[in-house]
Amino acid sequence: MDRRLRLAVWKFASCDGCQLSLLDCEDELLAVAEALEIASFPEASSAVAPGPYDLSLVEGSITTAHDAERIREVRRQSRHVVTLGACATAGGIQALRNFASIDELVAAVYPSPGYIETLATSTPIGAHVPVDFELRGCPINKVQLLEVISAFLAGRRPAVAAHSVCIECKRRGTACVMVQGVPCLGPVTHAGCAALCPAYGRGCYGCYGPMESANVTALARRWQALGATPQRFEQALRSFNAAAAGLQRK
Amino acid sequence: MPVGAKAMIVREALQGLFDALVTEGYRTLGPTLREGAIVYDDVRHVSELPAGWTDSQEAGRYQLRRREDAAWFGFNVGPHSWKRFLHPPLELLWSARRSGDSFEITVPAAEAKLALIGVRACELHAIAIQDRVFCAGRYRDDSYQARRTDTFIVAVNCGQAGGTCFCVSMGSGPKAAAGFDLSLTELLGADRATFLVEVGSEAGARMLERIASRPPTEAELAGAQAALERTAARMGRKLDTTHLRELLREQAGHPRWDEAGERCLSCGNCTMVCPTCFCTSVEDHSSLDGAAAGRVRLWDSCFTLDFSYVHGGSVRHSTGARYRHWLAHKLSYWIDQFGTSGCVGCGRCITWCPVGIDITEEAAALRTPGRAKRKEVTHEEP
Ligand code: SF4
Ligand code: SF4
Ligand code: SF4
Ligand code: SF4
Repeated sequence: MDRRLRLAVWKFASCDGCQLSLLDCEDELLAVAEALEIASFPEASSAVAPGPYDLSLVEGSITTAHDAERIREVRRQSRHVVTLGACATAGGIQALRNFASIDELVAAVYPSPGYIETLATSTPIGAHVPVDFELRGCPINKVQLLEVISAFLAGRRPAVAAHSVCIECKRRGTACVMVQGVPCLGPVTHAGCAALCPAYGRGCYGCYGPMESANVTALARRWQALGATPQRFEQALRSFNAAAAGLQRK
Repeated sequence: MPVGAKAMIVREALQGLFDALVTEGYRTLGPTLREGAIVYDDVRHVSELPAGWTDSQEAGRYQLRRREDAAWFGFNVGPHSWKRFLHPPLELLWSARRSGDSFEITVPAAEAKLALIGVRACELHAIAIQDRVFCAGRYRDDSYQARRTDTFIVAVNCGQAGGTCFCVSMGSGPKAAAGFDLSLTELLGADRATFLVEVGSEAGARMLERIASRPPTEAELAGAQAALERTAARMGRKLDTTHLRELLREQAGHPRWDEAGERCLSCGNCTMVCPTCFCTSVEDHSSLDGAAAGRVRLWDSCFTLDFSYVHGGSVRHSTGARYRHWLAHKLSYWIDQFGTSGCVGCGRCITWCPVGIDITEEAAALRTPGRAKRKEVTHEEP
C-alpha cells in the first residue's frame, strides 16, 4: 500500500503563477513526488484521484458563489489547508473591485454583462474556511514553498518570518534605497523575497502584503517627504495585496 | 617597534600592508563604493578604496559626495559595520545527515582569518562590546571567538565627523585608543599624502616592519592631533549621558514612547545596522526526504513580534513598547548586563532609519516631563 501522504493542489480566481512555482521546483519536484502522493493537481496532470487529502495547497481568491461552495468542499476533504499567494491570502489584484462598484466594472469590461455571475468582492480563502498556514507573495517564493512542504512532512513549524522586508534587506547587505531617496514599501511589507528589488536599486512593490505590524501612516508621511504625492502612495498600496487588512489606513 | 610607537609611511605604502596581510593568509576587508554608498567588502588593492569620496548624513538620509581632495578615508561610517563579518547575518551552525539508524553532524570548517582595514574608533568600541557579549560571560560563542582570535585590525582616526556622529558624547572616539594592531591618520600634505601609523600590538609591529617607514616630525604629530581635535569639535549630534541608565528606567511610562511608536515602522533597520546589537534567531531546516537537516542562525531584532513571543502572544505588542525596549536596552539595561553602554555613538541607527528617528533626540525628550500618565508595570528584562 502507498504510505505517502496525499497532496492536492487547487485553483480559485488566480493567474496560476503560484502553482507554477511548484512546477518550477525542477530539481526538487521528484523529491516532492517521492515524499507525497500527488493525488490531484489538474495543472500538472489530468489524472485526479478522489479525496480525502493530507495536504491541500490552495491558490486563488473567492469571487463567485460557486467557488465559495467549492472551497468548503476542499476544506472538508483536507486534513491541512495551506493557501498560496496574494490572491488566496489577501484577495489578489482582483480585489481592487472591493473598492469600486461591481456593476460598473462588469459593464465596462464585458459587452454582454448579463452573462457574468460574480460576487461583489474578491476575498481570501481564510475569509471562508479555516486555513492552517498562509504563504504570501505574488507569486510565492519557491524556496519558501519547499520549506512549507518539508516542514509539513517533518511535523515542524515552517521557518517563514512575518517581519519587514527591511530585515532581509539588511541581512543581504543592501544599502537602503529609501535613505538614498527612492520611496520603498519594504518597511510595511512582509518578508519572503529576500529583498529582491532594493538589491537592484528599486523600491519594494509590496508583493508579499503587509508585515505583522505595518505602520502605513508613518510610511505615507515619509513618501510624501520624498516627493511622492499621497495619490502615488495610495496607488502603490493598491496592487496585489490592496485588500489585505494590514494595509488599510486607520 | 614597541607598542605605542609612531611612524610615517607614504600613502602608497599601504598597498604593501595589504600584500603582506594577503601573504600571511588574511582575507582583507575594507571600505569600497557600492550601490551609491561606502560599504565594507573584500578589498585587496588600494585602488578599490573610495578615494576622493565622502558622505553626507542626516536622520534618514545618506548621500555620497565628491571631495575636493583625494583622501582615501575621508568619509564616516556607512550602512555596514564589521559585525557583518565577525557576527554574520546568516550562519550555518551545523548540518546533519541520516546514516542508517543514526545520523552524522557536520560543523562548517573554519574560515580564513580576517583583516579589517579602516576600523573607526567607535567601531573598535563596538567590537570590544561584542567581544564581551559573546566571549566574556558564562556562555562563550565558539564561532565568534574563532573569528576574533586571529583578526588583524587596522584602525583609521576620523579626520572629520559625520552628520549623525556622537562618539564624543559616548567616550568612544574620534581617536582610536585601543583594540587595534595598527592605526592610521591620513595626512593630506600640499605635495604628498602620508599616513601617520601607530603601533597597537606586536602583530602590528611585525607587519609595519615589512613596509618602509620613517619617524614622524613634530609638525606631523601636531597636524594629526589638530585634525582629531577638529573632528571632536564638529560632532553632528550629542547625547547627554548624565544618569541616563536611571532615566530610562524611571521614564518607562513617559508619553514619548507612544508618540515614538506612532512614527516608528518597527522595521528593525536600527538594530540591523547597529554595530553592537547581537540578537539572533535560530531556524531548523529539513530536506523533503528527511535525510538531511541544518540549523542556521540569523540576525534578529527586538522590533519583530516573534522576538518576544511567549505562549499566547508577544510580550511587547505595541510598537511604542518595542521602541522603548530597544532604547532602554542600548542605553540602560546594557550597562546592567555588560558594564558598558550598548551605544558607541556611530549614528547608524539615525542615518539608516527610513523615517529618521533619532536616538539622541528621543533620549533627550525623556528629560522633559511629559503629561502625567499611569506608569505601566513593566517586567522587561534585558
Ligand atoms: S531599501 Fe526598502 S526594504 Fe530595504 S531597508 Fe530600505 S526601506 Fe527597507
Ligand atoms: S544605538 Fe545607534 S548610534 Fe548607538 S551604536 Fe547603535 S547604531 Fe550606533
Ligand atoms: S534586544 Fe537589544 S541587542 Fe537585541 S536587537 Fe534589541 S536592542 Fe539590539
Ligand atoms: S526606529 Fe526607525 S529603523 Fe528602528 S524600527 Fe523604528 S522606523 Fe525602523
